[in-house]
Amino acid sequence: MAHKILIPTPLRVYAGKQEVVEAEGRTVGELLENMAAEYTELRGHLYTEDGKLRSFVNIYVNDDDIRYLEKEETPLAPGDTVSIIPSVAGGGPA
Amino acid sequence: MKEDNTPPALTNHEVARYSRHLIMPEVGMEGQLKLKAARALCIGAGGLGSPVALYLAAAGVGTLGIVDFDAVDYSNLQRQIIHGTPDVGRSKLESAKTRLNALNPEVDVVTHEMALSAQNALALFADYDLVIDGTDNFPTRYLVNDACVLGGIPNVYGSIFRFEGQASVFATKDGPCYRCMFPEPPPPGLVPSCAEGGVLGILPGVVGTLQATEAIKLILGVGESLVGRFLLFDALKMRFRELKVRKDPDCPVCGTHPTVTQLIDYEQFCGVAPVTPAVATTPEAEDEVTVEQLKTRLDRQDAFLLLDVREPQEFQICRIPGSVLIPLGDLPSRLSEVEGRDDIVVHCKSGVRSGKAVRLLREAGYSQARNLKGGILAWIDRIDPTLPKY
Repeated sequence: MAHKILIPTPLRVYAGKQEVVEAEGRTVGELLENMAAEYTELRGHLYTEDGKLRSFVNIYVNDDDIRYLEKEETPLAPGDTVSIIPSVAGGGPA
Repeated sequence: MKEDNTPPALTNHEVARYSRHLIMPEVGMEGQLKLKAARALCIGAGGLGSPVALYLAAAGVGTLGIVDFDAVDYSNLQRQIIHGTPDVGRSKLESAKTRLNALNPEVDVVTHEMALSAQNALALFADYDLVIDGTDNFPTRYLVNDACVLGGIPNVYGSIFRFEGQASVFATKDGPCYRCMFPEPPPPGLVPSCAEGGVLGILPGVVGTLQATEAIKLILGVGESLVGRFLLFDALKMRFRELKVRKDPDCPVCGTHPTVTQLIDYEQFCGVAPVTPAVATTPEAEDEVTVEQLKTRLDRQDAFLLLDVREPQEFQICRIPGSVLIPLGDLPSRLSEVEGRDDIVVHCKSGVRSGKAVRLLREAGYSQARNLKGGILAWIDRIDPTLPKY
């Protein structure tokens, strides 16, 4: 079943400049894999070379961090929205 | 709030000034005296720090510290509303202090002209009840967080990028800290800064006032704070979202068995080398050209491709004659447009993006691709000062 994935501004350039993409998957891991298969440039930003999710990539299902659910095994229910939340540092002098 | 300083009653002037606070049950005389006794520290007098400092001073926060070491620049004025056009070139701290003293002379504005570091942060924070983080880089974000956790004072967090903002309250006694949410920083260069990516001028106004609101609520002890909640604001959609942030029991700084018990080297932690002026004077590497060399080659009408990898908006502001625009993000899919052009000079604004482009081109087999050192800013400084700088 297709789920929406919200792409943060800094990563949109690697996702065809879209803010929302759709992919299939029963779990968060499957969904992200399928997304990365379609948007290959995203892969390097989400996964390490040995295929692990990068530690600075925060993935949320609705408003919950998957680290406190079942990580990449977190099952997806119809209507669930997945978000990639970036850390951004901007604010001061620059 | 710290107990060692019992505030005196308000003067008649102060009663008049704060009357709209005093008649509200949530603030009242008791709350206003808490504000007067409070000591808040703003990290940065920039985009976020401007509204934070203005509103905290207006609200009557008794001691307002500000840390910064920058001077006011024309490019700040689009969003840093504490500074004005006559302040360009002045120290941001002097400029901010003048403005805040004019707004509310009852407030003690304490300026700290320094770069916050692992050496000075804990001693500085010890004089304050809470910190409002408005910095612009990851090493300082982690430094502020860790110093707040170790010092036991809340960190009112805000961050901005283009049209999107984030806010939360970290490092309270029972709440999560910044590291619970973001255990590790992204590698350098992955997330563009505001200087590279731009920012809507009003955005720090929105996020900074959210931070100021949270700071005042923490001081008053009223309402529900953003502790455990991460607020996302999208100015284009005019929409707020909220995420849950949990305190991570394994957090290296605020968890049950912390491994970070003193401040560390945050430049190293974030994988960035500290900026040293020596870098600017080193001779160019073999994959770099100087603006003078480029000028000579252009004047000789050498056959080479001058590739500009900035964004179209930047290209409209200024360009080097004869350059071809392919934004860095589009370069991988538009490599065919440079096919057969081995002799390539790549430039951007200051040389960072073009450095990435040169690496990308060299990996794709363009072994003669070279980076214009210092970018179009160096070109304007040293070759054509008639072009506008941005």
